[in-house]
Amino acid sequence: MAQITYREALNQALHEELERDERVFIMGEEVGYFGGAFKVTDGLLAIFGEKRVRDTPISELTIVGAGIGAAMGGLKPIVELMTINFGLLAMDQIVNHAAKIHYMFGGHAKVPIVIRAPQGGGHQLGAQHSQSLEAYFLHCPGLRVVIPATPADAKGLLKTAIREDDPVIFLEHESLYGMKGEVPEGEYMIPLGRANVMREGKDVTIVSYSKCVYDALRAAEALENEGVDAEVVDLRTLNPLDINTVVESVRKTGKAIVVYEGWRTGGAGAEIAAQIYEAAFDSLDAPVERVATLDTPMPYNKKLEHAALPSADQIVRAAERLA
Amino acid sequence: MALERDKHAAERARLTLGEGELGELYRRMVLIRRFEDKVAEMYSRGKITGFCHLYAGEEGVAVGAIYALYDKDYVVSTYREHGHCLAKGASARSVMAELFGKVTGLSRGHGGSMHLFDQTVRFMGGYAIVGGGLPLAVGLGLSCQYKEEPEVVCCFFGDGALPQGAFHESLNIASLWKLPVIFICENNFYGMGTMVQNAVSQEELYHFAESYKMPGVRVDGQDVLEVYAAVTEAATRAREGDGPSLIEAVTYRYRGHSMSDPAEYRSKREERIWQERDPIKNLRRRMMQANPGAEARLETIDREVSEVIDDAVRFADESPEPGLEELGKYVYSSEQE
Repeated sequence: MAQITYREALNQALHEELERDERVFIMGEEVGYFGGAFKVTDGLLAIFGEKRVRDTPISELTIVGAGIGAAMGGLKPIVELMTINFGLLAMDQIVNHAAKIHYMFGGHAKVPIVIRAPQGGGHQLGAQHSQSLEAYFLHCPGLRVVIPATPADAKGLLKTAIREDDPVIFLEHESLYGMKGEVPEGEYMIPLGRANVMREGKDVTIVSYSKCVYDALRAAEALENEGVDAEVVDLRTLNPLDINTVVESVRKTGKAIVVYEGWRTGGAGAEIAAQIYEAAFDSLDAPVERVATLDTPMPYNKKLEHAALPSADQIVRAAERLA
Repeated sequence: MALERDKHAAERARLTLGEGELGELYRRMVLIRRFEDKVAEMYSRGKITGFCHLYAGEEGVAVGAIYALYDKDYVVSTYREHGHCLAKGASARSVMAELFGKVTGLSRGHGGSMHLFDQTVRFMGGYAIVGGGLPLAVGLGLSCQYKEEPEVVCCFFGDGALPQGAFHESLNIASLWKLPVIFICENNFYGMGTMVQNAVSQEELYHFAESYKMPGVRVDGQDVLEVYAAVTEAATRAREGDGPSLIEAVTYRYRGHSMSDPAEYRSKREERIWQERDPIKNLRRRMMQANPGAEARLETIDREVSEVIDDAVRFADESPEPGLEELGKYVYSSEQE
């Protein structure tokens, strides 16, 4: 199997789906001639042309809205938001339109759109360019929320997302684009709603997704030296949420740490913790720990930013509190 | 390119349309008027609830515009969309049933007055966020262009949508990409109770077209033929690949913004003046002038429409409500959990 980056894996998925289905097209800011602000769509314009790899003006609301309309008209649009921060300008179309159309029209209309966006902090980009907003979308019924951590998942989940009939918010982490991993070539699909146990263990369950999965794996290694055997679960998708895999793990370990890069308050981890309590309260030896981003806008200063973000050290300390 | 109003367009349209077609325009306008009057009655009787925005007075716009389209062309509308939906060909039964919240309604009782949808007649939905439908119309236009199909999209919105970013973004993109979209602004002078001159810096709304390099024209929305003529031209242009147009149809809603609005911000005198310019009476007068013998036919139409409305109410009233098992349905098109 080929070792490729998360960025290349996404590019491969897009390439294959554009090739497979004439209805699939990409649009967004700088996706064509620039090759994508993070180079995810690099090279696709030359192969598929302007019709199917379409540069747009800076009009997030209407780019997303036009994607929804195109989906209703029988196409399969993939809309790239340059980052999720700019996606906030499109929240009306995402929440009031994409998420509602199938339901409020009694199931008669479908919106098969994928909205891709990078997110996350760690690059000293300051308060307006470092957010992780998955909880905003998780909160809204009608949206699927996909948030891959590995190159293989990035490919397999994106291909599945493109073939979905429901609107999918596909969140990539800016820090992961250069990360390498083994990715199966050709037709490789991962169903939505299947968590992945990345590391088996019996003492504590660390539940995470996106970049924080790697913090969790590093923490698990550190904990091993302390004689603690941690299990690491990568959720892969937040909607559908595979809570069963999490609960099964917690029943075994009796302890849970939820790690996520959104703000601690009202984050996706709060929902996951609540569902753990509801389904496995009797199995818990201690309250669920949350390791997340501090409830503050992201500071620019490197030391301050590092302190605000979740880290492997914080996960280790959380595990120690549970021990 | 803001165009001068073509005062002879309506008369030319009358000459190109036969009496049967004029009768059809008349029938559709009467259908909407009677439908809306009946909705008001049913609302006061508690059969219809929630927000409900009536279209009475503006029939000339929906009927004139949609009569200029082909069946396969798309229509996108707002929360004041009963008229557009009926004009596009949805049945009075299924619209009334939706307003009654019944499972036989267009949206199975999940949408209500503001969220009608009928794919079979390509009525692509009523949307209740001001300006929200415009980006969707751009996307539908893109889908027509992409598939190299000849269809066009007709997007209705009110003067209240002009100050929204969605309006400007949508016109910009539609023009850049030469999309087959006809933007029809129904200028009824009030966004709820705010007069258009207090909301939009350029109150000659069709002039916005100049900034987006598309034709812009103002028409008398109380003259169904003038609307028909303008939309015919815009649709031809769109179909030939020459891109979008903006049409400002000046019109008037006879009732308040919604059923809960007594419209105290405007004068009775103003309302009377507009009632005298009624689009239905207008067409009737014109048809009678051309052929005094048309009266019997128009009266037959009036009677037939009354029967259709009575039947729609009976159907809606007798239809079942959605069962509780419908509550969680349709959130996703495929349940994966």
